[in-house]
Formats: sequence, structure tokens, C-alpha cells
Amino acid sequence: MGIEVAVEGLTMSFGKQNIWQDVSLTLPAGEVSVMLGPSGTGKTVFLKSLIGLLKPQRGRVLINGVDMVGGREKDIYETRKLFGLMFQDGALFGSMSLFDNIAFPLREHTRKRESEIRRIVMERIELVGLLGAEGKLPGEISGGMRKRAGLARALVLDPQIVLCDEPDSGLDPVRTAYLSQLLIDLNARIDATMLIVTHNLDIAATVPDNMGMFFRRELVTFGPREVLLTSEEPVVTQFLAGRREGPIGMSEEKDAATLAAEADGAAASPPPGPRAIAPQLEPSPGLPPRAAVGRRRERVLGMLDTLPPAARAAIEDTYARHAAAPTVSLPAAGSGS
Amino acid sequence: MIGGALRQTGRLFALAAEVSRAVFRRPFQLREFVEQFWFVASVTILPAALVSIPFGAVIALQVGSLTQQLGAQSFTGGASVLAVIQQASPLIVALLISGAAGSAICADLGSRKIREELDAMEVMGVSPVQRLVVPRVLATMAVAVLLNGMVSVVGTLGGYFFNIVLQGGTPGAYLASFSALAQLPDLYISELKALIFGFIAGIVAAYRGLNPRGGPKGVGDAVNQAVVITFMLLFFVNMVLTGIYLQIVPPKGG
Repeated sequence: MGIEVAVEGLTMSFGKQNIWQDVSLTLPAGEVSVMLGPSGTGKTVFLKSLIGLLKPQRGRVLINGVDMVGGREKDIYETRKLFGLMFQDGALFGSMSLFDNIAFPLREHTRKRESEIRRIVMERIELVGLLGAEGKLPGEISGGMRKRAGLARALVLDPQIVLCDEPDSGLDPVRTAYLSQLLIDLNARIDATMLIVTHNLDIAATVPDNMGMFFRRELVTFGPREVLLTSEEPVVTQFLAGRREGPIGMSEEKDAATLAAEADGAAASPPPGPRAIAPQLEPSPGLPPRAAVGRRRERVLGMLDTLPPAARAAIEDTYARHAAAPTVSLPAAGSGS
Repeated sequence: MIGGALRQTGRLFALAAEVSRAVFRRPFQLREFVEQFWFVASVTILPAALVSIPFGAVIALQVGSLTQQLGAQSFTGGASVLAVIQQASPLIVALLISGAAGSAICADLGSRKIREELDAMEVMGVSPVQRLVVPRVLATMAVAVLLNGMVSVVGTLGGYFFNIVLQGGTPGAYLASFSALAQLPDLYISELKALIFGFIAGIVAAYRGLNPRGGPKGVGDAVNQAVVITFMLLFFVNMVLTGIYLQIVPPKGG
């Protein structure tokens, strides 16, 4: 089972520039979470802070009792072995073939024999659909392949926590849909805690159990997916609809005057009605059901009273439908929409 | 400004300390060490040999001309050999190690850093210092020591050739003055200097390579700075070491 990641009061700035402040959230063990946010709001910085690559000025990130921000370097290195991080552009070692790249963590941290390493690596290569390309150098393959190879490398040690930095960027919609399915299948297989940073709305709508969003140097919200998907917060509705009208501007955010002018003209565009929530993806047929589903159900039903009414209705609706048609995977689940 | 310079210096020393500690941490990266050793050696041997011949010649001619005017021509051999072994040879090694090997190491680490390879390594719980920097620093140190031996020999032979063949010196006097003035500690300090120079060149190159500022251009700047900083440090350290050596080791001729 995955490990819970608890973030407490994290504040990060580079020099005088504040990136985000006082971020507190808990990634529930074994569940899939998505962090949304416009470009440049520090999502990648957040991801790197979780794993201890960047050191925020204040706050703590607790994993198994180890503080990834202020803990001892030795403990941090040990704890990192629980992680698999998929970098935005793969971050493969340019001088090694894909096979050696993916085998790298195994050769560093385990005493497995070469035949065993070969078996594990080839299995992962097949999982991400790179069979036949294992001898190539990272410079010889496309960006999408590099990304998938990066994912394979992140998965090779059976991590308990998987972090994905924009898994969709540079992928076409079909591949993004496959990747969404891959991530859910992965969660069903290894039951790892997963955090995906993205601004892809398809992934956001269909993959996660929990969602959060960064805006204006703050965590706007974090909670069960229904909370964000039904939220009436202007930032959230604007982002999910991909509209120009709203607080998000071309560069970070708009000032008050622009917003007022927009509000005058906004009468023309119809107010957004209650949005339909797309069903979450199910694991592919043949895989075990996700263990996180049951845990999440209990957790979410326990906190139902604290949620906004719209979210509550959506959750009750989802689970009512689930009860009617119990965990039989839908044939359309793989389409990614 | 001063604060920034002090901070950089502090970080440089911190890296030096970290590398010194990581040298003893298992597993030792033998393969990386051998590869780096071979690389550093292959880019420095030929230029070092080619530079040391004219350098030995220049010293021999200059010293020969001076001793001739002073009427101490029989001491030419000893004087020029001392100058080659103690000063010229470690400095030639320093220039080549930092210029040829240090710049390559700095560029390599810098480009890995901006491609996030080093971050990826850290995320996988592998320390880039132990895995990449330590083998490189050890390789530059080892090559520097061996290269210093080679440059000393080639430089001395070059000096001998020019003194005997071109200036009409006598081989016997040359060798006799050599053993009259030169002693083993001269060779020790020469090798010690080379060892320290190799360490400094490796550390500075690694430090600048691990901290490039802003993208590919930053890597170029880092390489440039690494070479300049190493040169300045090496000449300064050379002065200090020479001063200490002259104080604590009694001259043979005295």
C-alpha cells in the first residue's frame, strides 16, 4: 500500500519572489491526486519540494515520519528510494541507452542478477509501449517516447509514491488517453500514492480521486475530485472551462480594472450551468480492482458533512450509481473522455 | 558583492569537504573512475609533452645565458632542472588539467544539470557527488601526478639537449651540478603540488558545473569561469607552497 504524504504550512520563495505560501494538504495513501493550476504557478516547484530537491523556507513535508524539507540528508536519501518521479521531459541520462536508463535504479539499489534486471526492465518497457526501442539513446527518440521511458524508469523500483510532472505535455490526445489509462492501471497494480501535476483537463476530469489547484501564490482548494469539479469558485470554473473571462489572465492574473470591464461585458456569455462530472476511469479488464477505491469511499463518506452541498450531491450520486452497477469495468473506460 | 563572493567560496569549500568524505563511501565507482582517468589522460598527455619541450628549452637557454655571464656555467644543469621540476612542471600540469580536463568536466556536469539528469539521479537516491564528482576529482588528481612525472622528464631532457647541443655545455658538468643542487624533496614537492593542483582543478570544475546559472549559456559561462578561477587559485597556491617549501626544506647546496 502507498504511503501518506502530509504537507504542512509550506512556503516557498526564490529571493523576493514568493511562489506559494502556507500550503497544507494530505495526499491520502494509495489514492491518485491531481494538482491543477495555470502555467507558472509553481506546480513543478511543489513537486520538487515534496521530494526534497528544493527546500521551501517554511513548513514540513512528512513521509513515514521523515521531514523532506528540514530532515537529515541521510534520511532524505533513504526516503527518496520510495519515490518514482517522472520529469517533464524525461530527464534521461543522455549517454545511456533506454535499457540502461531504466535499469539504472535497479543496478544502483539492488543486488539483482543481470538476467533478473533484464526481465524487470523489459516488463516495464512493454508496459509503456517502448518494446524495440530499448537500445536507442535518448537523443534518438521523440519527446513522447522519452516521457514514457522516464515513466518506466520511475516505476522500476516499485515505488510507493509516484509523482508525474505534466505527463501529457508533448503527447497527442490519443496517447494522453492511453497514458491516463496507464496511470490508473498502475495504481490498480501497485497501489501507490500518486500525484499528477498537469493542466490537461481530460486527465483532470477522469483520472484522480482528489484534486487541488494552485492560483495566486496559494492552494485554492484540495479535496475529493467532486469538490473541485462542482466548485463555483471563479478561478476554478474559468480554468475547467478554458475560458478567457475570469481572474486568470495571460500573464499570471488580471488586475481589478480589467476584471470590472470584463464583468460588464460578461452578461453576454451565459452563466455556467451545473457541470456534469465525467466518470472516473476504471482499471483495464483483467487487472485487480483498485484498493484505493474502498478506502476513499470510507474516507469521503466520513467527511461528507464538511463538504459544500454541490460536492455532496455529486458524491452521493456517484456512489449511488456505483452501488447500482458494482465495479464492473465499463467497455468505454479506455477512451479517456 | 562581498557577501556573494564569500558565499560562493563557502560553497566551494563545502563541496571540497563533501567530496573528501564521499571518497570513502562505498561502492566506489571504479568504472566511472577508469573512464574519466582515460579521458583526462588522453586530452592532456600530448599537449603536455609538446609544451614541456620548449619550456625546458627556454629555461635552459635563459639560465645558461645568465650563468655564463656570471661565470658559473657549470651550475646550469642544476639550476635549470630545479626550475623545471619545482615550478614549470607543476604549472604546465595545472594549465593543462584545468584548461583541457577541467573545462570538459565542467561542461559535462553543467549540461547534465540543465537537462535535469542530476536532479533525476538525486531523486533516485543516488548522490551525484559520490557517483560523478568523486571519480572525476580522483581522476584529475591521479593524472596530474603522473603527468607531472612525464613533464619533468621531458622538460629536463629538453633542457639537457638545448644546453649541451646548442650552448655547447659539457654533459659531465650538467649532470654533476644536477646532483650537487637537486635533492629528492624537490621531486616530492613537485608531485605534491601536482596532486593538490589536480584536486583544486577537479573541485572548481565540478562546483561550477553543478551550479550553472540559467540554461545553455550559463554552462558556457560556467566553463569559462571554472578555468579562470582555477588558474588564479593554482598560481596563488603555488606561491604559498613554494614559500613554505623554501622555509622548511634546507637547500642542498648551502
